[in-house]
Amino acid sequence: MSTVETAAPAGRPALPTERVRELITPEGIDLRLKLAEVSERTTAFFIDAAIIVGVLVGMTLLSIAAMISTGFQSTGITQIIWLLAAFFLRNFYFMAFELTPRGATPGKRAVGLRVATRNGEPLGFDAIFARNAMREIELFLPMSFLFVYGREAGIWGALAGTIWCAVFVFFPFFNRDRLRIGDFVAGTWVIHAPRRALELDLASGERAAGLTITQAEADVYGVKELSVLEEVLRRKDEATMQAVAARIRAKIKRSKAQGETDRAFLEAYYLALRTKLEGRLLFGHRRRDKHDKA
Amino acid sequence: MQELTLKSHRFRKERETEWRRLEDLLARAERSSAAALSDDEIIALPVLYRSALSSLSVARAISLDQALIAYLESLCTRAYFFVYGTRTTFAKRIAAFFRRDWPRAAQDLWLETLIAVAVMALGAAVAYMLVMRDSTWFYSFVSPGLAGGRGPAAATEELRSTLFSDEESGLSIFATFLFTHNAQIALFAFALGFAFCLPAAFLVLTNGMMLGAFVALFASRGLGIEFGGWLFIHGTTELFAIALAGAAGFRLGWTLAFPGQRSRVDAMSAAGRKAAIVMTGVVIMLGVAGALEGVGRQVLTDTGLRYAIGAFALLFWLLYLYLPRMEESDEHG
Repeated sequence: MSTVETAAPAGRPALPTERVRELITPEGIDLRLKLAEVSERTTAFFIDAAIIVGVLVGMTLLSIAAMISTGFQSTGITQIIWLLAAFFLRNFYFMAFELTPRGATPGKRAVGLRVATRNGEPLGFDAIFARNAMREIELFLPMSFLFVYGREAGIWGALAGTIWCAVFVFFPFFNRDRLRIGDFVAGTWVIHAPRRALELDLASGERAAGLTITQAEADVYGVKELSVLEEVLRRKDEATMQAVAARIRAKIKRSKAQGETDRAFLEAYYLALRTKLEGRLLFGHRRRDKHDKA
Repeated sequence: MQELTLKSHRFRKERETEWRRLEDLLARAERSSAAALSDDEIIALPVLYRSALSSLSVARAISLDQALIAYLESLCTRAYFFVYGTRTTFAKRIAAFFRRDWPRAAQDLWLETLIAVAVMALGAAVAYMLVMRDSTWFYSFVSPGLAGGRGPAAATEELRSTLFSDEESGLSIFATFLFTHNAQIALFAFALGFAFCLPAAFLVLTNGMMLGAFVALFASRGLGIEFGGWLFIHGTTELFAIALAGAAGFRLGWTLAFPGQRSRVDAMSAAGRKAAIVMTGVVIMLGVAGALEGVGRQVLTDTGLRYAIGAFALLFWLLYLYLPRMEESDEHG
């Protein structure tokens, strides 16, 4: 297990740890899982819902077409197919996709999420069934209440029902791990597992001639500023790079040389700063940010 | 000469091909299944995974390249879930479910099942007595849509014809409808159990009341035996399934209220998974009941045969689920 993060002084964490959860693999490495935000899960759900509704509408049109084309001879078989498909879509769409090795529905894949058990065990069918069967009270009960029974129940009944349903719907907002009731019952959670491409190492670029950053100039920032600089360089936004370059030049009291581009300067500075900080890291000291003078 | 001194850069250059190979294997395995990989690749994958983990650990210690660490974290997480994911095939999981998981889970819920049966019987008894005394009570227990013309106002001959009618047009449509409708209700009963058992108990109770009201209606016209056959052929399977669904719901609600020795979160996930196994079985049972009701009942109009099939089905479920069996090794499936 890496102790670098824990070596940082308490109080000011080096990472936004609020959403990071520990998962120690049997090899003893902490994978630092990142929990999905409620907003991301909502997006994923709406993608899935759109797919389900789309398939249902398509199927309805198809079965109507089939009935018309056969002169209403085959209504029976089309009805059966429709009924079964609607039932399986509603109940087993999520289960079937979560059973695959990716552990995610198309909507979750699109957002880069997956389902996993909270204790790191393999995700079994029982857990998937439990978490999805609970959708009955999280989604279908409130919906049927809103659209069907709510009208019959009168105002106070409707109000009481709405509050009761709201407990289930807003459950994820009231716990630390953003669990919905299905996750709570099944012992699962939803985490980030995006496919990430290996990006170019910024230290591998050609260095512009005549751009030398001295040790003293590199010695003003820490890891936090380095990662900001990395982000700026990867985003390649001209205006931001110009502003950041100006800030750094002012900080190290260096004027812009003839024919020197902001990008080249930032790349050179990034390399110098990273070399400096990684050198210190190898000797056991991680300079967190510019205030960390030790 | 800067590049030579930047150790993290050299580290990345040395290991990069391995990471890319792992990424490629994972992408292929995730797209279809582990079967998409050759034997050599299957053997290589855990090795590459461990090497990527060690890279991650080194990178966290020596590299300040955020993108690289993020890449390795995502790669290792994906590989972890693949390497330590479920290793059995789908067919084996299904076999294990029928052979071991389902009966074991049902046996574990025996007390809840008994309670659910008792609640259902209570509902049936109350409704039976009320309808026997005053037939207008029937309408309080059965919604008009479900009664479908069968009510105290109907003539005895009409009632008799509903039991033996063979003019039901699409038998299989009817069966399908019954299955999806009942399965939805069962799933609902299970999920409702979460709210401290009460809504699930209510659902089971109303089911029993409906049953009692119908029995009373037909019995008061001297059609009790025939109605019994009509009901028995699928009812043993269906009502048993609904009792099991209620039991699964009770387990959830009870555990939420009284988690026992373990923390509430742990107890809930154990209860939820066990109940989910039972519920999977319930959906299967309701499929069988739908077939018996939609097809079997319409084809077989002999009351004795109907009783025989219903009794056989009940016996089968009881023996299958509760017959003690040898304890098998608990392989993970």
